[in-house]
Parts: sequence; C-alpha cells; structure tokens
Amino acid sequence: MHVYLPIAEISVNTILVVGLGGLIGIVSGVFGVGGGFLLTPLLLFIGVPAPVAVATGSNQIVAASFSGALAHWRRGNVDVPMALVLLCGGLVGGGFGVWLFGVLRRLGHIDLVVSFTYVVLLGSLGLLMLQESIRTYLRLARSGGKPRRLHQHNWLHGLPLKMRFRKSRLYISALLPLSLGLGIGLMTAIMGVGGGFLMVPAMIYLLGMPTAMVVGTSLLQIVFVAGAITFLQAWQNQAVDVVLAFLLIIGGVIGAQIGTRIGSRLRGEQLRGLLAVTVLVVCLKLAFDLMVTPADRYSVAVMLLS
Amino acid sequence: MALILAPGPAPAQPLVADLADHLVAITAGFTGAEVVMFGATDGPGEVVVVVSGPSRPVVVRRKGRFFGVWINRQEMAFEEAPSFYALASSKPIDDILQPSLLDRYQLGLEHLRLLPPNPEAQRDDLPEFRAALVRNKQREGLYVADAARVTFLGEQLFRTKISFPANVATGTYQAQVYLVRDGQVVSAQTTPLLISKIGVGAEIYDFAQELSMAYGLVAVSIAVVAGYLASLAFRRS
Repeated sequence: MHVYLPIAEISVNTILVVGLGGLIGIVSGVFGVGGGFLLTPLLLFIGVPAPVAVATGSNQIVAASFSGALAHWRRGNVDVPMALVLLCGGLVGGGFGVWLFGVLRRLGHIDLVVSFTYVVLLGSLGLLMLQESIRTYLRLARSGGKPRRLHQHNWLHGLPLKMRFRKSRLYISALLPLSLGLGIGLMTAIMGVGGGFLMVPAMIYLLGMPTAMVVGTSLLQIVFVAGAITFLQAWQNQAVDVVLAFLLIIGGVIGAQIGTRIGSRLRGEQLRGLLAVTVLVVCLKLAFDLMVTPADRYSVAVMLLS
Repeated sequence: MALILAPGPAPAQPLVADLADHLVAITAGFTGAEVVMFGATDGPGEVVVVVSGPSRPVVVRRKGRFFGVWINRQEMAFEEAPSFYALASSKPIDDILQPSLLDRYQLGLEHLRLLPPNPEAQRDDLPEFRAALVRNKQREGLYVADAARVTFLGEQLFRTKISFPANVATGTYQAQVYLVRDGQVVSAQTTPLLISKIGVGAEIYDFAQELSMAYGLVAVSIAVVAGYLASLAFRRS
C-alpha cells in the first residue's frame, strides 16, 4: 500500500516505512541512542530528499526516545537531574556548534574533516569498549565475583560545584556532565547526527554511571534535543513531513518498548559489548562510504536562491 | 474538438491536439499518472509531442578523490533545467529533423538548452556536467526520451500517452505538439497541464509553508503523544 508524502513529494510503501521506524525504535530502546545515523541513510535510500530525511528523522527520534525513556522511567532507570545538566551543556554546545559549522564551511572541506573525525572517534571508542566489556565478561565468567568499579578517583573529582546524583550513585562536580554535554552538543551540531553514540559511552566511562541508568537518562536527554531540532527544522526549513513522521513513529514507539525489554534482560557488560560492536559497524560503514567509488560521481541538486 | 469529430473537409488548421486531462491531481494515494494526448492533422506527416515541467536552476556536483576519500570537489550551476521532460514521436526524431532544428525546438535530451548562468565563462568540462545532469534526471524517471510512440489511427488521427512518476514536481507544465513534413516543422501547438496537490496533502503542505512555527509544534506534539500512548499500551499488556 502506497501513500504520497506531501513534503517529501514522493510516494512510499506504508508497511516498509513503519517497519523501518520499528527497527530504529528497537536500537534506540536497547542502547539509548536516537538512531538518526541509521535512519537518515535508510530514508535517503527509499528516495526521500536529504533535508526532509534529516528533519523528519529527528521527529521520529522524539517519539521513539520518549517512548523508550518512559519505559525506562517505570523501571526507575532515569536520572533526571543528570539528564537536565547534560541537556544544559548540550544546548550551549549545540548553539556554539551551529556557529562553528558556518565558519568551518567557509574555510572549505568541512565534510571531510567531520567524517574523518567521526570515523576515528567512533573507531577508537568502539575498540576500547569492546576490549573492556570482553575483559569484564571473562573475569566474571572465571570468578563469578562482583564487577570492579568502572571509574577511578582522580583530579576530576576535586572540581568545585559538587552535586549528588542519587540515582546514579555519584557525587561529582556538575561541571563534568555540563562540559560533557557541551562537547557532545558541539559535535552533534557539526556532524548533523545525534550524539547518542558519543554520549552513552562517555556517560559510562567518563562519568562512571551504571550502564542500566545510562540508557534511560540518555533517551530523556535526546527527547529534548531532537524536539528542539524538529521544531527548528519545521520553522526554518519547512522540511518536516508529518505523514512520513507519523508512519515512522507508529513503528518507532512500539520498537522502543520492545528494545527496552531486550535491554533490561542484558547485563551491563553484555550491553556494553553489543554497543561496542554496533559502534564499530557504524564506524566501518562511514569509512566504507567515504572510500568506496560512487556509482555516479555526479549528483544534481536544485539550487537554492540566496 | 468539433473540428476533429466533424466529417467531411479537412480541418482548417494543419494540427489540432488536446490532452484528455488538464489537471493531474496528487492525492494521498498518488503513485504516478498517465495522461493521454490526442489530435488530428490535415494530412500525412510526423508528430512529435514534448511535455516539459517548470524550469529551475540546478547545481551539478562532481565527487573526486582526496587522500583516498570521495568528496564533492567541483560543481557547475545550470540556469534553467526543466524539472520534467518527456518526448514522444511517431518516428525517431533524428530521422525526421535536422540537428539544427532539433536544437531550435529543443527536441531530444541531447538538444535541451542546458547552460550555465553566464555562457561567456563556459568551462571545458561543460559537456560532462551536462551529460551528468541528464543522466541523473533520467535515473529518477524525470527525463524520458521516446517515452512512448505517437501512434496514428488511420492517416490523420493520432494519440500518445505521457507517464508521470510519483516524484514529479508540482506546477504548470507545457505539452507541445509539432507537425513535421519534409524535414520542416509546419505547425505547432501548446497546451498547458497543471500538476497540483489536492486534498489532505495540499493542506498539510500549505500548513507547513504558511504556519511553520505552529506546524513544528504540532509535529513535536504528535511525537510526544505517540510515545506516551505506546508506553501506556505496553504497561497494560
């Protein structure tokens, strides 16, 4: 069954799009990432124009992450103060990032710098996580003992403005999550994809949050970021297609609930291991896209009158 | 119309043609459309039909390798490129018209006038970029040469079908019909065709364009409500 998308100006198979939304929703619910990195290329593949794919994808991410965040909330796995502090940093970083993006674009070759940084970042992150989770898994399998603490105390814990994050059982300086949010907000604005894949590992390894708590907290944070992006895209670019978004959302909200259930059955190191593999796959895909010879070296776009 | 149907003497005009529909409505279930064009001539001759969509400035980009990585390196702007172009003829156009005439009437993909904004500063790689533009549009089904045959019923009545894919742009299209005799265009006629969004789709589009702030709020609200409803549904089950 086909339906015509009024903003994307193409017609798509309804069942295919709902299924696509469901798949991304599952990934989102399990790992606490938005899934834009997967959704955007898939939408482009079925013929949705790039600006509409990016803008509408963020609308679907609002729904899937809200659905997932509520499911995690019921299990008591959302650290609201932490999400808010990260969000504050993220909004400042995002605003700064949009400005920086303009500057870098004028200097040229921004696309290459961005893609290259992302590949290197994801690649090293994925390898480190995989190594850590395998080691933990093996040690637990051998001794059956309690897992070691993930973070060690160092100079970062001497910073001022200490805050107690009860859910995460952390007593750390608010400057830490604030600057983390800022850095990732900056990256997100420059890369144009959600920062979930950077945020989740950073919360685990840099802040030392329990893995179960990270997923729900990250999702809550993503709801606000993706919501702001959707609104801005609709307002400034008229690029949000509600018909497409609605189809994706139907699949996405259900997928997120299923994903949350899958995630809650996994132990911390299993979840981290799976995330590490996913991060590496994404990294390889990005690297592959950069290196592979395109089928047609030429592309056509309607010129925007400026 | 009366001229076509009236028996007896040949029509006063050498060429009369019309479209079966002057409006292609893009509704919620739109997956493309076909429009029939029919007409009559006052005697033997070949017929060429061209349907073209509204022209837009486009930019063609070429990827190049940069330290082993493919990125957009060169680009070329084209002042006017039709968003849609389909040609149908009763015989291959190269057999019935000289290249100079094909250029003049812009018949055939090789003869479309596709030029950069200032032709004086023309670059050597123009032909490559021009070919890439046509090739990309063909891949999307938006440029079609020999889309269909123009078939004659007897010697004077002809008809053909023009297909529009689902990704066709909205706007006013022109259907042009040429009558060719002895290597010359002896008569031409232009008929407008409107492709427009109708119904819910049109209303959503207008809402997004005119009240974009409210549209953004509605889009986010739908997402939040849907997320909440799914969460409720799964709690009960």
